[in-house]
Amino acid sequence: MRVAFERPSALADIPTHYCPGCTHGIAHRLVAETLEELKVFDRAVGIAPVGCSVLAYNYFDCDMVQAAHGRAPAVATGLKRARPDAVVFTYQGDGDLASIGMAELVHAAARGECITVVFINNAIYGMTGGQMAPTTLLGQHTSTSPAGREPGREGFPIRVCELLERVRGVAYLARIPLTSPANVARARSSVRKAFQTQLEGKGFALVELLSSCPTGWGMPPREALRWVDEVMTEYYPPGEFRTEPGDPGGGPAGKRGSQP
Amino acid sequence: MDELVLMKGNEAVGEAAIRAGCRFFFGYPITPQNEIPEYMSRRLPEVGGVFVQAESELAAINMVYGCAAAGARAMTSSSSPGISLKQEGISYLCGSELPALIVNMIRGGPGLGTIQPAQSDYFQAVKGGGHGDYRVLVYGPASVQEMVDLTYLAVGRADHYRNPVLVLGDGILGQMMEPVRFPAAVDPAGLPEKPWATNGRRGGPKRLLNSLYLEPEKCEDHNRELQAKYCEMAATEKRWETVATEDAELVVVAYGTTARICRTGLEGLRERGVPVGLFRPISLWPFPDEALDALIEGGKVRSLLAVEMSAGQMVEDVRLAARGRVPVHFYGRAGGMVPQPEEIQEHVRALLEGGAANAGGL
Ligand SMILES: Cc1ncc(C[n+]2csc(CCOP(=O)(O)OP(=O)(O)O)c2C)c(N)n1
Ligand code: SF4
Repeated sequence: MRVAFERPSALADIPTHYCPGCTHGIAHRLVAETLEELKVFDRAVGIAPVGCSVLAYNYFDCDMVQAAHGRAPAVATGLKRARPDAVVFTYQGDGDLASIGMAELVHAAARGECITVVFINNAIYGMTGGQMAPTTLLGQHTSTSPAGREPGREGFPIRVCELLERVRGVAYLARIPLTSPANVARARSSVRKAFQTQLEGKGFALVELLSSCPTGWGMPPREALRWVDEVMTEYYPPGEFRTEPGDPGGGPAGKRGSQP
Repeated sequence: MDELVLMKGNEAVGEAAIRAGCRFFFGYPITPQNEIPEYMSRRLPEVGGVFVQAESELAAINMVYGCAAAGARAMTSSSSPGISLKQEGISYLCGSELPALIVNMIRGGPGLGTIQPAQSDYFQAVKGGGHGDYRVLVYGPASVQEMVDLTYLAVGRADHYRNPVLVLGDGILGQMMEPVRFPAAVDPAGLPEKPWATNGRRGGPKRLLNSLYLEPEKCEDHNRELQAKYCEMAATEKRWETVATEDAELVVVAYGTTARICRTGLEGLRERGVPVGLFRPISLWPFPDEALDALIEGGKVRSLLAVEMSAGQMVEDVRLAARGRVPVHFYGRAGGMVPQPEEIQEHVRALLEGGAANAGGL
């Protein structure tokens, strides 16, 4: 009998606590499959964030370290500097990465740390009960933006890839929604590239996975996926932002020079 | 043992850590300890080590966390405002049981305070500046040589207990130059393996470094284990020095730079036959309470005088050890002001004459 579908051995054989319809599970699977395919599972060390995916340290069967809220890129830096032969990745939500951990993220990127960041953007704080995230969209209702996010009051959502795009030190940068089989296949390829970038010692790599949080958004799973495709991708356009290291250039729009 | 060399306290701390096998430094500049990162940025590459100037103290302590997780001997240093930012990381290091060397060259506070020396971070250091029930070993050296010896010791103790160790200096100790002799260099490659380190499984079992225990029963068990470790530290790690306490009626209690100044002041008084002695805690946590207790039980001591470069912090531990048997007086200077030996002499004299019942310097 042909086996068509299996649990990647890089994932522990235990049930996860994620809500039905949550895309954290898909993201875990993509990372686990990549560790296997690239044959780096045995030297992989993952850094778990604070957020819904904190228990990723139980689900990934490689060595794992749990970090303080937002500090995963700094922890990864220390680990990778001590063991350059380890394959180090962080797995972070939007509050962890783009709010409390923004400084650690941008500076790890600017230092060109050879680490892989898997960024789950679900536009909300899942774990603490659906509060506003730095990536919450304008008009989006959350438990701390009950009237809908309004720029004059709550400010604008942060586009992480667009922000990091011009940071020298970044070698791979992509954003993919985890919504359809085709998109998941694209995400798999991007996750793989983000790990390959590290293996080739090219610099900092980040994949932003546009994810659903049916519980936090108060939507059934299918509607939540549609919302990612139809609403989130409007503000967060998917695609590859960087595929090689090099100087993205600076200066005002229209005059940007880019040197290798 | 090497030759005697003349060295600035801040640089000597860095060299002592390297001698102890530390090859990783993560820090952020702040006066009065900048010579530590500067020295390490120069020196570590010479010995195959790594120096990273972090974007903040928060990042620096978390880099130490990651580096320690990989099994390496790692350190960071800062001064008061920066150490406040490191409290999160110190709590996590304790929770995940990771070793680290942390150096605080204290400056006056609160807030941005001053860049002048102080001892006003004692509470933060010994009572747990971060969240949760945790303890760190805290050493308070009183000379550049002692700072070298205690830093060297701290790196080994940190690994032994899988717990951070804090060396509390101040702006004076960091800036002054004294002759020092360095202990023998430890080769990090020859250190014992750390089976718990997360370096990738490499054929072995999965390792997890974590401080989260969602079930309260498990979190309490974890706390019990931590407390057992802290009890062992409290039982075995107390250090102190006594000077002329055998017949002393008044004993001054002071640590670090202040102890040195007191010693000078007390020597002058002794020459004139005044029965004073000095009790100098070297480990600030655990506080050497039993030794102080024994001194009081000796029956000669009529009162204690705690002297600090703070508004009165260590004095609380002195009072706890004295348990009301003898009066505990306090004299302090704060905000970066350093007491002079003459001030201490005057204060001791007034106390012995029954004058200043509890007149502090503040
Ligand atoms: C210093 C600190 N502040 C706040 C929290 C509480 N907290 C836990 S998870 C979280 C938000 C996580 O949101 P996100 O990163 O978006 O991940 P998600 O849960 O949505 O996957 C917050 C604020 C904490 N644990 N530590
Ligand atoms: S709260 Fe949201 S992010 Fe968290 S597990 Fe549930 S669906 Fe997923």
